Amino acid sequence: MSTEASASSSDFIKNLGKMYGTYTGGFILFILLLAAMEQFGVPNRILGYLFVFFTLAVYAIIGVMTRTAQVSEYYVAGRRVPAFYNGMATGADWMSAASFVGMAGTLFLLGYDGLAWVLGWTGGFVLVSILIGPYLRKFGAYTVPDFLSFRYGGNFARSLGVIVLVACSFTYVTAQIYGTGLIASRFLGMQFELAVFAGLVGILLCAMLGGMRAVTWTQIAQYVVLIIAYLTPIVILSTKKYGIPIPELTYGQAIAEITAREQQMVATGLATVAGLKPHISPFINYSPLNFFAIILCMMVGTASLPHILMRYFTTPSVREARQSVAWSLLFIFLLYFSAPAYAAFSKLEVYTNIIGANVSALKPWIFNWGELGLIQICGKNAGSIDAIVAACKAIAGHPGVVRLQDFVINTDVIVLSTPEIAGLPYVISGLVAAGGLAAALSTADGLLLAIANALSHDVYYKMIDPNAPTMRRLTVARALLVVVAVISAATAATKPADILAMVGWAFSLAMAGNFPALVMGVWWKRTTSTGAICGIIAGFGLCLFYLVVSRYFPGAGVKFFGMTSLLNPVTGAPLVDVAKAMALPNAMESFPTLAHPLANKVGWFNLNNIACGLLGTPLGFAVIYVVSLLGKEPSKEMQDYVDEIRKPRGRTVLEEKTT
Amino acid sequence: MPDSANLKQREEAHWRKTTRLMLTHLGIWFFFSFIIHMFVTPLNKIVIPILGFPLGFYMAAQGSLIVFVVMLFIFARQQDDIDREFGFAEDD
Repeated sequence: MSTEASASSSDFIKNLGKMYGTYTGGFILFILLLAAMEQFGVPNRILGYLFVFFTLAVYAIIGVMTRTAQVSEYYVAGRRVPAFYNGMATGADWMSAASFVGMAGTLFLLGYDGLAWVLGWTGGFVLVSILIGPYLRKFGAYTVPDFLSFRYGGNFARSLGVIVLVACSFTYVTAQIYGTGLIASRFLGMQFELAVFAGLVGILLCAMLGGMRAVTWTQIAQYVVLIIAYLTPIVILSTKKYGIPIPELTYGQAIAEITAREQQMVATGLATVAGLKPHISPFINYSPLNFFAIILCMMVGTASLPHILMRYFTTPSVREARQSVAWSLLFIFLLYFSAPAYAAFSKLEVYTNIIGANVSALKPWIFNWGELGLIQICGKNAGSIDAIVAACKAIAGHPGVVRLQDFVINTDVIVLSTPEIAGLPYVISGLVAAGGLAAALSTADGLLLAIANALSHDVYYKMIDPNAPTMRRLTVARALLVVVAVISAATAATKPADILAMVGWAFSLAMAGNFPALVMGVWWKRTTSTGAICGIIAGFGLCLFYLVVSRYFPGAGVKFFGMTSLLNPVTGAPLVDVAKAMALPNAMESFPTLAHPLANKVGWFNLNNIACGLLGTPLGFAVIYVVSLLGKEPSKEMQDYVDEIRKPRGRTVLEEKTT
Repeated sequence: MPDSANLKQREEAHWRKTTRLMLTHLGIWFFFSFIIHMFVTPLNKIVIPILGFPLGFYMAAQGSLIVFVVMLFIFARQQDDIDREFGFAEDD
């Protein structure tokens, strides 16, 4: 029986290329089929439904086919995912709705300063490979708290690890489910709340039956969908405009044209010098400190996020774990180095065909998004020509053409509207929606699994009932998965206001809580349990304190903790008059809305709260170092274990019972 | 006894080399993550011929990213060579 199983599994690995090759070909045929159907007059709504249901059905089928009742399959996919495929799965795990839908829009709005996110969300993989990932693979953990517990003396360190993991993964997964709901509601016309729960069913189908094993093979399928969906519109656009199908090369010309147009707009009075943010000028939206702080926090956060680290537990060897990190970044790079091209092409289109155009002669695609409130012209939703003309007339001295200051666009629109801007058939829009959905679902899968695994493996099995039989452990894992998913969907359905900021916070929290303890645990044998525990508490605590106070208790921050207003990056003037805001009756309000004059606008050293990891992480390192030196050296046995982790050869340090 | 002393020596030498490799790559990473972008304004005055990108913008949008990808493949290779040299690599 066992030989039969292993023979069929090695066949499975050998046939991966053929299987996913066929799948990719099938997906392309499916797109062509839908394109043909569109030509024959099948309505757009039907095409949209077909796209979403076909892709969801494929994910569900993979999930059912790869269901498992084995612990090691459930937690680490049996540790036999080849480097190349694990890289692809990590790519899908990593690239979320924020990357797929939001990134290009951020670059559109912020220009050069937006590149802090592009850099921050790629360079971190260097740290994963060099400092942490392969060593955790050699250690043989199922979860990140597993390592903390073993290295730092037991369940107290384990529970700290679980707290950090849940804190950063939960905020992150809520954002993904929110993104799923947004895409489904826009393209399928479903109600937002309903769409959230529909997306949730999709997620659960993949993750519940097969754990890591199912999520891995689904994520690869999702990567194929999302990368085809992301690249197709701009490849077509680039070919149309410049005759070369490589947008990453041709958008240099678009940038040159944008810069020329910016000067022209100022010269002709379409934009003011103060209102224009030149696309290539640095440090207009972020001060240099905040620009580099965001890069650092996102990079180090990458190397500390449990749902990313655990992907490298699934490779057959330490060597393949390292290669796999390189493949991951290559697959991620394909999307991230294309995002600035989206931003440049859209900006050029907006600057040349909208700004300076007569308000009564705007193109119809604008109104589709204007109706949803995502594009505003002259301060009103651009729902129809009459609405815009009336709104602009109401502004005293309006010249009758759209000026830069009249035009406001939601960042999510950039990627989703590119097919329409380029005048492409609807099938491409449907494809983009399916891609966005794949990005959101795959990340949500990975995050939910990380949370549920920590709760079932670390809390239930390791801390509550170490004698639990396999079946019960897996049942608990699945039940917890459903519970966590429902709670996060319920949170997402309330549409919390600062959903995107929360993604940034997740990185800072992971960085401050995990990074010092993980790195020192491998690279410095002298690190003691007490040192690491104090370091996690101090670093994570400071980061959490800084962002909770500056966001939710800004009045108290100013009054008791010496916080001051953040500064405008261009003029250096304070963003708010703190003295005046403190005199207002609502100054000391707790949990204020974003409209509160002080919320997110106060802090220490002019540091954005997204980058709170910059405060917590150095403190974490310092505390671990000092407290470790004060205590007794770790046992000879523990130091030998650390030596073992450093050598790829040999058995894993931690041997899990698998039956 | 000589065997275990020998093992200890190999472990230490292996870790010294690994540490040196780590520091080298962290140095390159630091340069392309931070240092080069501090000079974005002067670099933007240089325009890449034919493509038309200002160099400072290009480095943040593509240049550094390409460096990261390439260095990860090289790192995986180099670390594996070190592991093999001291006999600590896994069987192929």
